[in-house]
Amino acid sequence: MVSPNSPETPGGAAPASARSINDVVIRLAGNSQDGIQSIGGFLARLAGRSDQDVMTYMTIPSTISGGPSIFQVRMGTGDILSAGDRADMLVAFYQHSYEAHIGSLRPGGVLIYDSDHVKPNAEDNRFTNVAAPITTGTVEAVGGTSKDKGKNIYVLGLLARIFDLEVPKLAALIKERFGGKNEDIVRNAMLAFDAGYAWPQNNLRDLFYRFEAVDQNGLAAAPSTRPQVTLDGNTALAYGLIAGGVRHGAGYPITPWSSIMEILRSELPKYGGMFLQCEDEIAAVSTALGFSYTGQLAITGSAGPGLSLKMEALGWATMAEMPIIVVNVQRGGPSTGMPTNVEQSDLMQAIYGSHGDTPRVVLAPKNVEDCFYIAIEAARIARAYSTPVIILSDQGLSSRIEAFDEPDLPNLMVDPKPDLSERPADFKPYPLNAVTQHAPAGSRVASGKYPVVTGLEHDELGHPTGSPKLHAQMNAKRREKFKGLAASLPAPELTGDSAGEVLLVTWGSNWGPAREALARIRHAGIKAGHLHVRHVHPLPNGLEETFARFHKVVVAELNDEGLYGFGQFAMMLRARYAMPHIVSVTKTDGLTFKVSEIVAGVAQHIESTALEATVGTARSSALARS
Amino acid sequence: MSSAPAVATPPAPGAPLTKKALVADHPTWCPGCGDFAVLASFYRVLEKLNYPHEKIVTFAGIGCSSRFPYFVNTHGGHFIHGRALPFAAGISLGNDDLHVFVFGGDGDGFSIGGNHLVHTARKNVNLTYVIMDNSVYGLTKKQTSPTSPIGFKSKTDPWGAFDQPINPMRTLLNSGATFVARSHATQVNHMTEMMLRAAKHPGFSVVEILSECVEFFEGAFDAAVPRKGGAFTLIDEKKNDGSPEDAARHDPADEVAAFKLAGQAWPGAFGVFYENKSRKTKNALEAEVSVKAREKTKGAADLALLQSTFSRLR
Ligand SMILES: Cc1ncc(C[n+]2csc(CCOP(=O)(O)OP(=O)(O)O)c2C)c(N)n1
Ligand code: SF4
Ligand SMILES: [Mg+2]
Repeated sequence: MVSPNSPETPGGAAPASARSINDVVIRLAGNSQDGIQSIGGFLARLAGRSDQDVMTYMTIPSTISGGPSIFQVRMGTGDILSAGDRADMLVAFYQHSYEAHIGSLRPGGVLIYDSDHVKPNAEDNRFTNVAAPITTGTVEAVGGTSKDKGKNIYVLGLLARIFDLEVPKLAALIKERFGGKNEDIVRNAMLAFDAGYAWPQNNLRDLFYRFEAVDQNGLAAAPSTRPQVTLDGNTALAYGLIAGGVRHGAGYPITPWSSIMEILRSELPKYGGMFLQCEDEIAAVSTALGFSYTGQLAITGSAGPGLSLKMEALGWATMAEMPIIVVNVQRGGPSTGMPTNVEQSDLMQAIYGSHGDTPRVVLAPKNVEDCFYIAIEAARIARAYSTPVIILSDQGLSSRIEAFDEPDLPNLMVDPKPDLSERPADFKPYPLNAVTQHAPAGSRVASGKYPVVTGLEHDELGHPTGSPKLHAQMNAKRREKFKGLAASLPAPELTGDSAGEVLLVTWGSNWGPAREALARIRHAGIKAGHLHVRHVHPLPNGLEETFARFHKVVVAELNDEGLYGFGQFAMMLRARYAMPHIVSVTKTDGLTFKVSEIVAGVAQHIESTALEATVGTARSSALARS
Repeated sequence: MSSAPAVATPPAPGAPLTKKALVADHPTWCPGCGDFAVLASFYRVLEKLNYPHEKIVTFAGIGCSSRFPYFVNTHGGHFIHGRALPFAAGISLGNDDLHVFVFGGDGDGFSIGGNHLVHTARKNVNLTYVIMDNSVYGLTKKQTSPTSPIGFKSKTDPWGAFDQPINPMRTLLNSGATFVARSHATQVNHMTEMMLRAAKHPGFSVVEILSECVEFFEGAFDAAVPRKGGAFTLIDEKKNDGSPEDAARHDPADEVAAFKLAGQAWPGAFGVFYENKSRKTKNALEAEVSVKAREKTKGAADLALLQSTFSRLR
């Protein structure tokens, strides 16, 4: 064992027996106090900094302190698009972890279990079983009063050895993480790490791997030249808002939205802005609208239940044409539902919620990186069209950590300064022939006549009106501006074949699993494409032409098939395009799509035996010896 | 509904703000409605304050009284029922240069907006809130309001209301409002003085004005109208002049005394019940957070700040 005080932690080449892999899914199962999540945090940060171009992708289930906790990380070279369907390796800390999760391990996979706590089923010979003394190894290495604290770092060391990870970088990350605390903690962590790292060397003969790049059916992105950053979706969204020039906001806590408001509460004052915690979601949306009225485009947010509370005020925002960004981090519903699970069942609420005719904009990010960019896009649209914009993120994105190219901030930052310049004498808040741009409170109007922003139907100057003609004209004004927006939107990303048997259509976080599903479908010899929609409402123009080039259009989404057999987005598309070949794949088990679930759903619709055979097929990156 | 365009002359910058520049649409209230007098008083208040025209905001929720912003030529807004206060908090905190006035009824403020009233008050957001209390729902035509007295026959309590009404002064004191006053729409000078003092108060200031709905609750406030045999009892405010009679006078800084005063029998007293000049405003406290944060970051520009965050996320 190497001294923890030595500047160089053990490195050394991987044993000659190390096998090349390009992708691995590791599931860690223990209790939440074991710091399992932080193993993943380290691996993700390492991936972000690695020359090996390793990327990670993970789900962090929100657990009450003390309960069982799992964490899945997928590392690989090139694009990692989904969390992976089944684990290639399971690390089980306790008997209950083993029992609950052995079913998620792929036959032929590797089980590493804590020999101090777990007795695996001796009859079960589907896996390569590795008994590692995780608890005693940690206790012996760290000693003193810390008991088995540090087991997570021991396992990190173990994995670093098995997968030939960059140890100096991991050591630096450990020092960064614990450096703020006292010296002993860093030393203990390094002791645990070194012990974990040393163990496989002496106890495993041939379970060593090395990541190597492969071309993923030509779908892999070109390697990036930019530095990588590693963060979760809520963090990306919060900083995207800042980049987009948003400096004000208001909210009320609810899982899984809260971390956005927590970040903004601390960050916005640094930028001269503020984020307020209000008494409820109605006050939050109202306060945010008040900020916007002063010319400071503001954000509010919540999960589904809170979005419902905001609906009356959002009706006002449509009528008064007041810009605002509303983030909805979707979770399982209705009501309190499944607060720590993922679902995409707020789409209809986002598009059609509120009363009266309320055209507005709905956007959905496709992955963690896109949470950043969609926030900038939302701010741009809210300003340009003086409109509410709803961002539909979800629980999966909110807590998942991904590594991606650092954004090119100098070219992205938007100036938040409100336009308080004097308005000309003929200023009209609600012109019939142009998009509304308000004169914020504080700006002079040359005529000396000041406007009232209003929820009553109004004329061009904002005076209340009961005129049937004006109501129709103003409804048209509020609607037509979005036709202009739709016409200006880029065509959605279309991957794979541009015509053929089946077009897979997704919105939101299903982008990744659908891309992988597409690869499998095409691998089975089927001509197929994948269309992903970020601008969910209004839809970009021209989709009907793409749809018409495929025999079946299969919309995969995480919500219920409803009374008529179609998910919410599929319903929208069928209503919009009146094309009966648009069909649905839905599910509501509170989990993100597995690639195999999408493939199976598509197979049902196109009745292809070739495709059915591929359902559930393991990827080529098997860890097994046989 | 009249939508006659506002007759307003643009005042030269710096010229005193006159009523002529402040009138807008002709009010749509019923003839004789108490709200007319509140409006007339408010013009006088604005003339006296002489703020830059573009820095005044008149804001409201929904109700007869909440039509107010259409009748005042300032930046203004007509929001949804009961939620004017959180919106106005956003205005006040979004631009600290603005002078924010919120108008609304007893239903808007104490019923649907009751929770917002409590929280805007406790946070001491810098704005002035005028509650035009007619003890009835005017706009929706005579339903019981949270200030309707027991026995009031409304369309929703044809046999006479029996739920305990809210005591507005006590509710406001209890919520932590830092300026609490009460007036009567038949007392134009008093109303003007109360609104002026409220406007000058730094923090959340409220004036409850008893404003009769002649259509649905005629005579509701006659007990405080001398012309109708009532008594308009003014609060005798402490002058701090050292005189012996001053000891018995009401000290607006004394919260306990204010509570006592608020418990008087109907129609009670009029004037400033409570004024707390020392509590910091939400505006000041939030500004301090920003100043401290910027000291820590040494006032770094936005781009540099965000760039350093991303560098840490590498
Ligand atoms: C959400 C909602 N609920 C109900 C109403 C109907 N409504 C409009 S004003 C009002 C009450 C008005 O009473 P008050 O606030 O005392 O104002 P007044 O008309 O007496 O001045 C009600 C119930 C509404 N506009 N919005
Ligand atoms: S109904 Fe009552 S409160 Fe409304 S305008 Fe008429 S008198 Fe005034
Ligand atoms: Mg009323």
